[in-house]
Amino acid sequence: MTTNTNSGGFRGRAREVLLAAVRGLVLALVILPVSVLCFALTAISVALIPIGVGIVTTPWILGGVRDVADVRRRLAYEWCGMRIRSAYRPLPPDASPWARTFGMLRDPQVGRDVLWLFVDMTAGFLTALLPAVLLFYPFEGFAVAAGLWRVLREGGTYWYGFVPVSGQGTAFAAAALGAVILVAAFRWTPALLTAHFRLTRAVLDPGEGELVERVRVLTETRKDAVDASAAELRRIERDLHDGAQARLVAMGMDLGTIEMLLDKDPEHAKKLLAQTRQASVEALGELRDLVRGIHPPVLAERGLGDAVRALALRLPVATEVTVDLPGRADAPVESAAYFAVSEVLTNAVKHSGADRIWVDVHHTDGMLRISVTDHGRGGATIGAGSGLAGVERRLGTFDGVLAVSSPAGGPTMVTMEIPCALS
Amino acid sequence: MRVVLAEDLFLLRDGLVRLLEAYGFEIAAAVESGPELTRALAETEPDVAVVDVRLPPTHTDEGLQCALEARRKRPGLPVLVLSQHVEQLYARELLADGTGGVGYLLKDRVFDAEQFVDAVRRVAAGGTAMDPQVIQQLLSRRADDRPLGRLTARELEVMELMAQGRSNAAIAAQLVVTERAIAKHTSNIFTKLGLEVSDDDNRRVLAVLAHLDRDR
Repeated sequence: MTTNTNSGGFRGRAREVLLAAVRGLVLALVILPVSVLCFALTAISVALIPIGVGIVTTPWILGGVRDVADVRRRLAYEWCGMRIRSAYRPLPPDASPWARTFGMLRDPQVGRDVLWLFVDMTAGFLTALLPAVLLFYPFEGFAVAAGLWRVLREGGTYWYGFVPVSGQGTAFAAAALGAVILVAAFRWTPALLTAHFRLTRAVLDPGEGELVERVRVLTETRKDAVDASAAELRRIERDLHDGAQARLVAMGMDLGTIEMLLDKDPEHAKKLLAQTRQASVEALGELRDLVRGIHPPVLAERGLGDAVRALALRLPVATEVTVDLPGRADAPVESAAYFAVSEVLTNAVKHSGADRIWVDVHHTDGMLRISVTDHGRGGATIGAGSGLAGVERRLGTFDGVLAVSSPAGGPTMVTMEIPCALS
Repeated sequence: MRVVLAEDLFLLRDGLVRLLEAYGFEIAAAVESGPELTRALAETEPDVAVVDVRLPPTHTDEGLQCALEARRKRPGLPVLVLSQHVEQLYARELLADGTGGVGYLLKDRVFDAEQFVDAVRRVAAGGTAMDPQVIQQLLSRRADDRPLGRLTARELEVMELMAQGRSNAAIAAQLVVTERAIAKHTSNIFTKLGLEVSDDDNRRVLAVLAHLDRDR
């Protein structure tokens, strides 16, 4: 029984060793041409970017490199149970080739892919080949001892490992060395293949630092978003409570009084009726303002471009708006962008003293870009307490950023960027 | 006078039908969506259309788009647009073809039946009915306008009413003065703004609106 188990264990181990060696060999044979080809194509394609051809080919080739890396990731899991994570940045499906090329080249994961190609064709190739060499080289040693040495000796002294084979004696020494190597192979071949994938992981895996940083940013912006929306709901509740709701109560009471007065004093009832109508107009006006603060109707009806135009028409300062948006962004992004522009414009009107403002809204490279420029007195900062800090926080929820250039004496230029796709 | 009415909220549509019928209008069609409105406008050839900006199926500015499209097909088709909010942007689009027969009012204006019906009649006759809020918006943007600064308070008041599309008679009635006094104010206004004096009420209104809305 015990012997049987041992022999089964030995056979299982032998199969494992053989499998690792064959897998390593196949991998090594594929690695060399594929990695060299991918690396060369990448280098050529990037070099061709200045003359334009590279813009078209680079995304395509880097996509191929990613596929090659993905195959290796899958093999690492299937053969060695090792997970190699990837952290490619998403690209909008409708991005231009230009946006695609530079989006990919800026992606740290793509950088790791290309570095990996280089490592893979050198150290990666050797570590993949080693298991096969360790397993098959000993058999050559045995063949040498069995008589192959006579043939090999023809071309001068034959070296098996560090043993110079010149006769049957040294041939036996070669066989002995082969036996030692075989024992080593039996012990370490699977571990060597694992070492290959460990090397792959060390280069390809994004590591904890990057993910931790991302989690930190997300946690922070999520907190801001939740705080902001809670404060917003509180404000709406208060406005409704003190405004429209109170007015409706008053109107209901007035209607009761009118009902009572209708027979006794129709003249007074009529006067009260006119008052009540006026109150209803005021309530509607308040509700309208409230709605505008929650989600401006023009934004719902026309989208960001016309909403900003309508906003500009309400400003006391002449404002020129240029819009280039081929579609509409998601409603939350539109809303955030609108209120950001609104806040920046309010700031400009209040503090800059400018008599002309320019707003530019456009979408390129998967980014919604908005700039607000005035030639006022400048000196605007994103300091604490300024409206701009609030804008920055609100945009942060959407991974958006805000930049302010405002030297003393002006001009002031506020730029906002929000990554988003248009539909 | 035949009216096509487009409003998606049943209560409001029903109320408007009753109001207009009480004042002797004939309701050619009362519809609740954009496509129905387009069909009704083509089939019934109304004297005036009363249209809500926001209509199904998109619940965006479907009503306004249908009205503008109908006016492109039939220039001068009188259209009175109603909305929960007024935007200078929309007013500009409605006035862009310069033919008149355009109205743009807040829904609240329906509360004052007399004035509302007067606005419908005015638009049907090729005149203009602009919401006071639109005019306020235009004026607030022109705080530093020099020609406007030369108007007296009374002239400014008259001009606001004129820009809303009121006739001299209506303005005189509202301000409790004679029509001749108003005529004098109007000619002063036109001289001070450097506009060409015209006897045609509608041309006058459009000229004032254009002056207020022109770029600085």
